[in-house]
Amino acid sequence: MQLTNRSKQVSNKEMTFAERIYLPAIVTGLGITIKHFFQKKVTISYPEVKKNLGPVFRGRHVLKRDNEGRERCTACGLCAVACPAEAISMVAAERQKGEEKLYREEKYAAVYEINMLRCIFCGLCEEACPKQAIYLRHDEFVPVFTERDQVIWGKDQLAEDMNNRYLRKAWTREEAREQDVKGIEAQPRTQL
Amino acid sequence: MTFSIDVAFIIKAIIILLIFAITLLIATYSTYAERKVAAFIQDRIGPNRAGPFGLLQPIADAVKMFFKEDFIPSQANKWLFILGPCLSMLTALMTSAVIPFGDSIKYEAAPGKVWDVAVQAIDVNIGVLYVFGVVSLGVYGIMVGGWASNNKFSLLGAIRAASQNISYEISMGLAIVAILMMTGSLSIRHIVEQQHGGNWNIFYQPLGFIIFITCAFAECNRTPFDLPECETELIGGYHTEYSSMKLGFYLFAEYINMFVSSAMIASLYFGGYNYPGMDWVQAKLVSSMGEITGHNLATLVGTLVFFGKALFFVFFYMWVRWTLPRFR
Repeated sequence: MQLTNRSKQVSNKEMTFAERIYLPAIVTGLGITIKHFFQKKVTISYPEVKKNLGPVFRGRHVLKRDNEGRERCTACGLCAVACPAEAISMVAAERQKGEEKLYREEKYAAVYEINMLRCIFCGLCEEACPKQAIYLRHDEFVPVFTERDQVIWGKDQLAEDMNNRYLRKAWTREEAREQDVKGIEAQPRTQL
Repeated sequence: MTFSIDVAFIIKAIIILLIFAITLLIATYSTYAERKVAAFIQDRIGPNRAGPFGLLQPIADAVKMFFKEDFIPSQANKWLFILGPCLSMLTALMTSAVIPFGDSIKYEAAPGKVWDVAVQAIDVNIGVLYVFGVVSLGVYGIMVGGWASNNKFSLLGAIRAASQNISYEISMGLAIVAILMMTGSLSIRHIVEQQHGGNWNIFYQPLGFIIFITCAFAECNRTPFDLPECETELIGGYHTEYSSMKLGFYLFAEYINMFVSSAMIASLYFGGYNYPGMDWVQAKLVSSMGEITGHNLATLVGTLVFFGKALFFVFFYMWVRWTLPRFR
């Protein structure tokens, strides 16, 4: 059975003079390498140039705020339950009077920590969240740690910066399907 | 009279120092160029972190080499172990003495008395023989180092290097005999001068050139003839037990050899410092700048052309290395 048309019949004929002195073959090879010498380089100089990893890349986490800058998280703990690596921990607290501008609902997370060494970036927290509060950014990685106390990220690192909001085309799979954002549809999370 | 001899001596000393420094500089930057050429041929960028375009990379490498532990195996012959890289370096540097890097520098010693100093460390009438003799001595550096390591893989590598160098020297010598018969002289300066006016030996001896360059590859232990260092069979060849700057010296000596053999190829087959239209350039410079300055400037142009040719062959060495796999 022939699978492709690329197979070649083995030829055992005697080598010609040009083949025996090797030089034409060497010159051909030199031509190929010099062609590559002037070709465009494929290297991406990482810290200076960052590659777009696509709309479904699961990078570092962000705790979203709503449009008025209030934290969406209500410390229900569903993300911590869903997390297969048990990387998420939180302490819930009740919203006091006068804090309506800070927290969206009556309960909020006083402490919200993700251990970035435990996290496997599966995205289950994002799917479990009923309040659309936690997302994995598609455009940023977790940077390299140099100290142990940099491993556990608290709210100061996770909460969204209102001056530099994290935006993307679709926030849920349903939205993505509606807008036909490429990549999300092709990779249903439940099968991963 | 003594004054003029002193000036000649000083000019000569400056030329020798310059040749020495330039040889070392080119060898240093050959390591950088090798990595860049390899990267470019493989569609990569290559070293670009140390300094602009990674130009400080050789210095960083040298610093690294110096800070490595200088280890001498307990069972090794200590003095021979140290002598090995020294010999390699010495013989590699000695070869450049007889290569004519340019025509000559003129200066006026006394009114109406013009002296000529050749841009060459020394013009001996047995230049080619000298080169071959010194290159053969280079085998000792490898052999002594491999033997003194008290390691069978080093010794095997050294034997392979030595046997390869010796065997390729024969065909190299025979390839050059044709040129010697055409020129009738063993002086490299004579050989270069006879190629004046586009009479480059490559046009008369193309086959000899191919044989010579093939043997030069083998002499420099470069791919496709890197039998002494092949990583698949020997751990590192003759320098398995070497570390720190001793290893650096071995590798460095190889790059010096590469440059010197490129300079030899350029002067034996590609007319050395001769280039098409050099008479016209010289006449123009002499008529506009005067006899002495014009001549010196023309010499400078010739020297630059010579370095261009030699550096092209250094590039060719690298080009071939990253094109051909090694022979078995």
